[in-house]
Amino acid sequence: MAKLNLLLLAVVVACALGLVTSQHKARKLFTELERERDRARELDIEYGRLQLEASTWGLHSRVERIALGTLGLRAPDPRKVRLIARDPGR
Amino acid sequence: MTSAVGAAAHGLVRLPVWRARFVLFALFVAFAALLSRALYLQAMRTDFLQERGDARYSRVLEMPATRGRILDRSGEALAVSTPVKSIWAIPADVPLKGAERRKLASLLGLTDRELDRKLGDPSRDFVYLKRQVPPETAEAIARLRLAGIYESPEYRRYYPAGEVTAHIIGFTGVDDSGQEGVELAHQDTLGGKPGSRRVIKDRLGRVVEDVQSIRAAEDGRDLVLSIDSKIQSLAYSALKSAVEGHHAKAGSLIAIDVRTGEVLALANVPSFNPNNRTRLTGAQLRNRVITDLFEPGSTLKPFTVALALESGKVTPQTVIDTAPGRLTMAHYTIRDVHPANAMTISQILQKSSNVGAAKLALALPRETMYGLFQRAGFGAAPSLGFPGAAAGRLRPYKTWQPVEQATMAYGHGISLSLIQLARAYSIFATDGELVPLTLVKTASPASGEKLISVATARAVRAMLETAVGPGGTGPQARIMGWRVAGKTGTAHKQENGGYAADKYLASFVGLAPASAPRLVIAVAIDEPAGRDYYGGSVAAPVFAHVMQGALRLLGVPHDAPLEPLEKPGEDAAKEST
Repeated sequence: MAKLNLLLLAVVVACALGLVTSQHKARKLFTELERERDRARELDIEYGRLQLEASTWGLHSRVERIALGTLGLRAPDPRKVRLIARDPGR
Repeated sequence: MTSAVGAAAHGLVRLPVWRARFVLFALFVAFAALLSRALYLQAMRTDFLQERGDARYSRVLEMPATRGRILDRSGEALAVSTPVKSIWAIPADVPLKGAERRKLASLLGLTDRELDRKLGDPSRDFVYLKRQVPPETAEAIARLRLAGIYESPEYRRYYPAGEVTAHIIGFTGVDDSGQEGVELAHQDTLGGKPGSRRVIKDRLGRVVEDVQSIRAAEDGRDLVLSIDSKIQSLAYSALKSAVEGHHAKAGSLIAIDVRTGEVLALANVPSFNPNNRTRLTGAQLRNRVITDLFEPGSTLKPFTVALALESGKVTPQTVIDTAPGRLTMAHYTIRDVHPANAMTISQILQKSSNVGAAKLALALPRETMYGLFQRAGFGAAPSLGFPGAAAGRLRPYKTWQPVEQATMAYGHGISLSLIQLARAYSIFATDGELVPLTLVKTASPASGEKLISVATARAVRAMLETAVGPGGTGPQARIMGWRVAGKTGTAHKQENGGYAADKYLASFVGLAPASAPRLVIAVAIDEPAGRDYYGGSVAAPVFAHVMQGALRLLGVPHDAPLEPLEKPGEDAAKEST
């Protein structure tokens, strides 16, 4: 009887320790998850900012001004442009 | 006494019984008090105490939600929200004088006096010093470590394309909800719903466990518009230079892809910068394409002609007697600018003859004319879901007098918006189908109600091609490489119940390429004050410029030889409506 009791006591202690460890692990993992979520949010915000920046730099009027002014480009004579129909098979 | 002495001698004192009873009773009472207190705390006040206990480690966190982005059809950002800070203060807690205070004022972009005024009332518990401060500035302010100054997160919306897309996109208020344009129309899907959740925090303030999600945060969904930002930009700059060049009051333009019903460009001048809305006037804010009504004038003639052809009584070659270029009905005289004694129906459109159009209309029953106008969407607000869309005026046919029916044939006595007019022209571009319009990108081709037969649509299209050809009123609408069909309009503006003699609305509506139409573009220039005021000389060049650019950008195959166009004569554009 005493032996059985001792065995059960050992099992209970093991279970208790296991619970504590798993709880600790869960919390650690959760903190990590939170950190990654924060990072995801920050990256999303940065993506928005970069998108904004890209749009601002790529403004049609700005591109046109630089192309015509700084780079001295001009639209080709339409007579020298040939349009090729896209292959419908692809 | 002796017995007591005897007991003491034996080391025993017989205590009175009541003392033991008293102690027992006292213990019992104390225990009962404890028990009842425990019962009271455990059973009656458990919620309150549980809450207090939880408050030691559990917190409710706000989950911010971002507003969806607005993108153009190729994915370019047109409106993006980024986090900013708002700076607020508890006036009584702010240290009164000092260099720090001056520093705060300069960081906030306020003068010392403005800051003093904001902090002047110590009885207030909450004062916004400045909203929507960039994160870097907010950080600099936080580094000052001033008492009584706090910050809270906010969002600010940026519009990289600025004035070019201002009217379509609209803008949001300081609380990040839509107030105009698409921002308002699609508020439901764009706007996010902030959520909150209960968590357990450890000693270091880290979240260690999610207890429950009270309300999940829902980010707003991104919206992809049908707008092509390149065509939009081209349209805006062309319109702006035309309005400036002709000293006009305003101008508007809309471009529609007739295959899908998508609006590719929608521009208005004057415009405004949505990123800085300090001084705004109503004239700048108005989305004229959608909200402004005008009498379309000659641009309505193709519908009269289409009806006449549909009736089966005439063909494009039928000759109508238009002598002597005047028609008097009930004290009202209809005049032609290019009078002729007789014209074919095709020539009526080409030369924009009011007399011819009026005679065609008078041969038609009122109901049929009303029926087409109504089915073409006149007199009803377009179902774009756009705020402030105007319905226009189309009176019930039972009240039409013959003279009114005659003037309506060339677009007087009826009012509509530019978007209604452009949409109605889609019946000539799609072999008779009126396409439903959309501001949101779609992949599927649109199909709409069939209003006129294929033969009629093609016949009118061919006539509209002659209207921009040599001898027509709109030769300046032609472009190299593609065949164009379209109609000019020069309407007197209504003023004080009559027509103003010297105020015009010059318009042009056209489609291209005429062999297989892809785009409909409508242009209206309000009150051109220069030497030119005809639709053919003011609006048609804008149309040509935008149409050419748009067809090139879309890669539409040429359907005309690439030869330079000859310059049209000076008075070709003249017309009276």
